Amino acid sequence: MPAILTVDDSASLRQTIKIALMNEGYSVSEAVDGADGVSKADSGAYDLILTDLNMPVMDGLTMIRELRKKPAHAGVPILFLTTESDAAMKAQAKAAGATGWLTKPFDPDQLVKIVNKVLAR
Amino acid sequence: MSAVDPVEIFHAEAQELLEQIEQGLLDLSHRPGDKELVAAVFRALHTLKGSGAMFGFDALANFTHHCETAFDRVRKGEVPATPDLVSAVLNAMDHMRALAEQKPCDPAEGEALLAELERVVALASGHAPASATPSSPAAAAPAAVDAGPARKTWQVVFTLAQDVLVNGTRPLPMLDELRELGECEIRALTDAIPPLEALNPAHCHLGWEVTLTTDQGRSAIEDVFIFVMDDMTLDIQEVGGEPPADVLADAPTPTAPAAVELAPATAGAAHPEADVATAAANGDAKSARADASVRVPAQRLDELMDRVGELVIAQSRLKQIAGASQDMNLRSVAEEIEHLASELRDSMMSVRMVPVAQLFGRFRRLIHDLARDTGKDIDLITEGETTELDKTVIERLADPLVHLIRNSADHGLETPAERLAAGKPAKGRIILAARQAGAEVVITVKDDGRGVNRDRVRAKAEENGLLAPGAVISDSDLLQMIFQPGFSTAAKVTNLSGRGVGMDVVKRTIEGLRGALELSSPAGEGSQVALRIPLTLAIIDGLLVRVGTTRYVIPLSAVEECLELTPEQDVRSTGRSVLTIRDQLVPFLRLRSMFNTKAPPDVYQKIVVVSTGGERVGLVVDQILGDHQTVIKPLSAFHAEVGAFSGATILGDGGVALILDVGHLTTEAAQNDPAPLRAAS
Repeated sequence: MPAILTVDDSASLRQTIKIALMNEGYSVSEAVDGADGVSKADSGAYDLILTDLNMPVMDGLTMIRELRKKPAHAGVPILFLTTESDAAMKAQAKAAGATGWLTKPFDPDQLVKIVNKVLAR
Repeated sequence: MSAVDPVEIFHAEAQELLEQIEQGLLDLSHRPGDKELVAAVFRALHTLKGSGAMFGFDALANFTHHCETAFDRVRKGEVPATPDLVSAVLNAMDHMRALAEQKPCDPAEGEALLAELERVVALASGHAPASATPSSPAAAAPAAVDAGPARKTWQVVFTLAQDVLVNGTRPLPMLDELRELGECEIRALTDAIPPLEALNPAHCHLGWEVTLTTDQGRSAIEDVFIFVMDDMTLDIQEVGGEPPADVLADAPTPTAPAAVELAPATAGAAHPEADVATAAANGDAKSARADASVRVPAQRLDELMDRVGELVIAQSRLKQIAGASQDMNLRSVAEEIEHLASELRDSMMSVRMVPVAQLFGRFRRLIHDLARDTGKDIDLITEGETTELDKTVIERLADPLVHLIRNSADHGLETPAERLAAGKPAKGRIILAARQAGAEVVITVKDDGRGVNRDRVRAKAEENGLLAPGAVISDSDLLQMIFQPGFSTAAKVTNLSGRGVGMDVVKRTIEGLRGALELSSPAGEGSQVALRIPLTLAIIDGLLVRVGTTRYVIPLSAVEECLELTPEQDVRSTGRSVLTIRDQLVPFLRLRSMFNTKAPPDVYQKIVVVSTGGERVGLVVDQILGDHQTVIKPLSAFHAEVGAFSGATILGDGGVALILDVGHLTTEAAQNDPAPLRAAS
């Protein structure tokens, strides 16, 4: 069962993601900000990390950069959530080492489709 | 936990966020310059907007979007957090709260609040308020739809940025996704793979060329690459369902001034008009990659190769002068220049080398079309695709190979019914193989069809006046008839063969490349055509030998060993042309007698054992002078008939040496009756 880490400061969003992905047979763990995300990613082996960019303590961009610095996380797909208006953010996150993105607002089907695409299911 | 409805969580979360925003704003009214506070408020507004839109609170998302925009500007330092601005957002809080609780509220009130916000932001930034155009953040741009039901064939060529693997992109799923769109033929482009010592295993060095037949449109193909579109090269070309002839016309013609492709980043270059998709973003990465590879016209490389050739000739003069001099400095410089020239030659040649995979890849489509048009079941098996050949040679080989493959498919292979009747599997095989043998590359086109029909060849040759009726002729000579000009075995002219290009043209093209062509066809067991092509057309390593007073060059790659011919052996072997070398019988040729050399032989003559295509033959010479970088100059048209020589070269002292055609000499030796030749001068 592929393991996914969702990093978001919004509990409702984490819950939405969790329900959608668990229905697809993924196991989902949660982290509440970038720093939490880094420590959870370090302590578990995840097949995919899904993160918000705007978060307190450590934002998503910093987290992606931190993760990509570590060989253990090389090649792990990292998807980020962004909004239509954040074109610049998208480029920054890609440059930081993200694999792809999902535009908010999204419906659960879109999320599942993108995750399946990246994980090749 | 997992059963909890996210919308319920959102209700609680929205309250929390609103409180955070309110608290932040109040703090901000005391500490207007606090960036942390500004960032926190912005983040909370952003989350509120995003989550609101997620859970259907569009009005809230829309309204919050404007507050967020205002705070984004504060965050970026474009606008100071003036007390007016802070209080404008504070005033808007109640409206947000009502929207979050889905209480009825007056849209006009919202408009008024936003107008006020806009006014204070404009004031704070020192600009007049721009006309408010609230745009809905929830409105996602609908994807362009261009998918028609019509099936089309697309040629998709792409290479990914080097770091994609580290960044979590997996090429394989992309290929799978393409495969799901329709019938797919995928070929990896391996030209950019660096040598092992320079290879970074974490980088992506491959490109791919995909021929996709699908009823989906271009956007469906582009969707596959959505995440990597910005920093990759992607070329999507519609090739449509053209007849095979047009597809073949796509193959470069020998006369075209083909540009040499130096990197896979230019893999789309087979179609010069191709609009290689480039993205504005990541301009740096893009230009860095553009610098990494250069496309130059092949003609320039040819010019460069000529210069290198001249340099090599000049260098051999220098070597000769230095060799006769006592000046050690001159000698060491000469030696260094010799090394450099030889390295320069090698890198020059490697620039021009490309794997034959590039060539072989084109034939898959050809086989597919041939199978369809002939109603035969054909399997194309390729071997040795990594074998490298000079780019120019590869281009010139395309047409002859197309012809040979067509011949195999059309004449060679039987229909499935005939094959089954002959006890063969219904599926015919055409094997296209390449391998390097010394300084030659041998390309074979082999099929397991019915083989060459001798009776038909004879009938045709007699009909065309190439053979006297009833003449007795050896089997191999009969097969050679196929290569005569004006010969065509096609009993009926089909769509596939009999286009006026006969095997004679194939033979001429191969010979034009200083290559040779052999047809073998045991009756009933299919046929095989082997093309022996020299690796390069320009410079080879040669062994310089002397026969009498004349010097000759033997291609070093063909040389197996050099031995001494003792006077006793010389006498003993008179009248026979076979020598025993380490218990093996090796036929030999006395170049002295072949070239009618009058000067007396050296006491200790030498035997240079050369081999080609598995045949060994000894060449008796007077003296071995040493190795020589040989710049090949073609013989004039007058001497084209002199088979023993494949060209000439200029020596360091300005003299000329002829280059021996080892393949030809081996054949002569095999016939055991070398006709004396006049030494061409």
